[in-house]
Amino acid sequence: MGRNVSVNVEYLTRVEGHGNIVVNVQNGVLEKCELDIIESPRFFEGMLRGRSIFEAQHITCRICGICSCGHTLASIQAAEDAIGLKPSRQTTELRKFLLHMETLDSHILHIYLLVAPDLLGVKSFVPLIDTHHEVVRRALRMKKGCNDVCDILVGRHVHPISSIVGGFTKLPREKELDAMRDILFKMRPDMEETVKLAATFRFPHLERETECIALVNDTDEYPFLEGDIGSTDGKRWKKQDYRKVTNEFTVPHSSAKFCKASRDSYRVGALARFNLNAEKLHPKAKAAADAIGLKPIVTNPYLNTAAQLVECVHCLEDAIRILEAFKKKGVDQSEAVIVGLNETGRIKVRAGSGVGAVEVPRGILFHHYEVDAAGKIVNANCVIPTGQNLNNIEYDMKKLVPEMLDKTDEEITLGLEMLVRAYDPCISCSAHFLNVKFINR
Amino acid sequence: MGKPRVAFFDFACCEGCQLQVANMGEDLLAVLGAIDVVEFREVMSEKGEYDIAIIEGSITTSRDVERIKKIRQKAKVLMAYGSCATIGGVNGMKNNFELDHIRRYVYKDAAKYFETIPTRAVHQVVPVDYFVNGCPIYIPEFVKALKCALIGIPYKVPDHAVCVECKLNENECLYDKGLTCLGPVTKAGCNSWCVNHNNICYGCRGMVTNPAENGARDILEKYKIPMPWVENKMNMYNKVREHDEKEEAHGKKC
Repeated sequence: MGRNVSVNVEYLTRVEGHGNIVVNVQNGVLEKCELDIIESPRFFEGMLRGRSIFEAQHITCRICGICSCGHTLASIQAAEDAIGLKPSRQTTELRKFLLHMETLDSHILHIYLLVAPDLLGVKSFVPLIDTHHEVVRRALRMKKGCNDVCDILVGRHVHPISSIVGGFTKLPREKELDAMRDILFKMRPDMEETVKLAATFRFPHLERETECIALVNDTDEYPFLEGDIGSTDGKRWKKQDYRKVTNEFTVPHSSAKFCKASRDSYRVGALARFNLNAEKLHPKAKAAADAIGLKPIVTNPYLNTAAQLVECVHCLEDAIRILEAFKKKGVDQSEAVIVGLNETGRIKVRAGSGVGAVEVPRGILFHHYEVDAAGKIVNANCVIPTGQNLNNIEYDMKKLVPEMLDKTDEEITLGLEMLVRAYDPCISCSAHFLNVKFINR
Repeated sequence: MGKPRVAFFDFACCEGCQLQVANMGEDLLAVLGAIDVVEFREVMSEKGEYDIAIIEGSITTSRDVERIKKIRQKAKVLMAYGSCATIGGVNGMKNNFELDHIRRYVYKDAAKYFETIPTRAVHQVVPVDYFVNGCPIYIPEFVKALKCALIGIPYKVPDHAVCVECKLNENECLYDKGLTCLGPVTKAGCNSWCVNHNNICYGCRGMVTNPAENGARDILEKYKIPMPWVENKMNMYNKVREHDEKEEAHGKKC
């Protein structure tokens, strides 16, 4: 079969960031299959040099509006690791709660507004306002719920105000705990409807076994904030050894910097977490996984969206658990930290190196800082989940295209777009994202 | 008369401001009832003609310059929203460094593939009709500015200090707590968002055009705060103002 296919999707839509897909099939042979990143580089790691370690979180959360809380928490973890500060149990619980809200918010955005239009056969959620009015209202209501909780806890979701190195500048009081709990209680019926809706989704088929990487631990907690780095290939690393996992390397023909751990590529994100830690999910989340027929190990990349749904249920229920615990024991207001402690020298700094490894909506995120004795940043490195997934997405695309050669160009394009969207890529995070298309190769 | 066609575009930014819009929840449906959104890449695949262009992000490559000029030509009205678009924002910190050095620091051998120019705010490249400052945007202000754009009257970003709002919110002055805060020299309009949550003002809405310089100097002297320290803080969001100052020196007011 001498089929030629040329796909060139400029400005891939419904992903957070800018990307192009380029595919070239000549005489039935796949010659090129790339996901190009065209986000303007912003040089965050370079800009951090010389700034105070206490400013790192404020700056790096602005790498991405969607994962702003995740970047905040990875940055704080790296900073605290570098200067040898151990957060209190209360602070850690509140940080886990904050991370749950962001994961829930981000997954809802992805499932309803970015993926559902494909599965319902429309171009965006806008036509759904007329045809699926209740579905759209529910999605927006759930997102608003997450945002309202973040407003109460940290001032706002996009670039949280009160979460800093050392803890929180403002802690919730009794009536604020109640307000947050009410919002989450009200979200439960919407979550039930969401699970029912997801059970009707028919995802495209593609099977490709790959290595999955996510945080793992020895407790019974589904890990988002604390743990070692684990792999479905049975390996385990300390977070300080993250470079042994990411192994960023350059491909001779494209200058693209890709990641690989034990094999050619690996995946991070909801599906990787599910494959590694499914047995630790909240019982209601396990029930949701059963309802939509999701069992580890899942090898269809399109089902990342289904794994996100399962995590939504988990995050909602675990967030309620954390709030209930605070309702019982109360919040110790004396733990509130004063911003600018560094200015008055109240937090001791020391020269050192620190790593933050946090599961953000799209997968494991690493921040790494080196600071001098005065607490100034000397070196900074951020490895974002989408960067780690990029290599894996290309392998998936290379598996998909030959299987679709009997389809029209439009169908192939849509299949590829849906595949890339399933990873929920966040290209605005391209703190350093090395995937460049050579013009003359 | 048809509804005005609105297109959202993003340049170098975190896309947090368009997320602020998406985060309006069900209120978003009310806004969508008054306008016809023809382009919003993050959540839409449709593309079309537009009357109002809403721009997020800074201009940081020569490709950006060409793209924003084309958008300006097509749009009857252009709004810049968020710190990156209105004052350069955190992207401006790049201008503290020699561009070639920072490129090589981040991208090593591949630096040559990452073309970059000094960060600029949108109005430093094309004329801007409406400004909505802040990192991220404050939704009540965005709605107000959008309403002004829809009925064709100007919207002016408040040009008094954040301190005015902060006092009305009865916050204790951070200088009295021994901290440094950019509230006294930063444009109001955010309802002193950060200080209300016990953080300091980082100056994300840009400097007031006519700050009480002597008063500010007195404060710094009173609390023994070194000037370079304050300048360093100001350069987190406001480094790009230097382009405006150069323009003014040449007698061309933006």
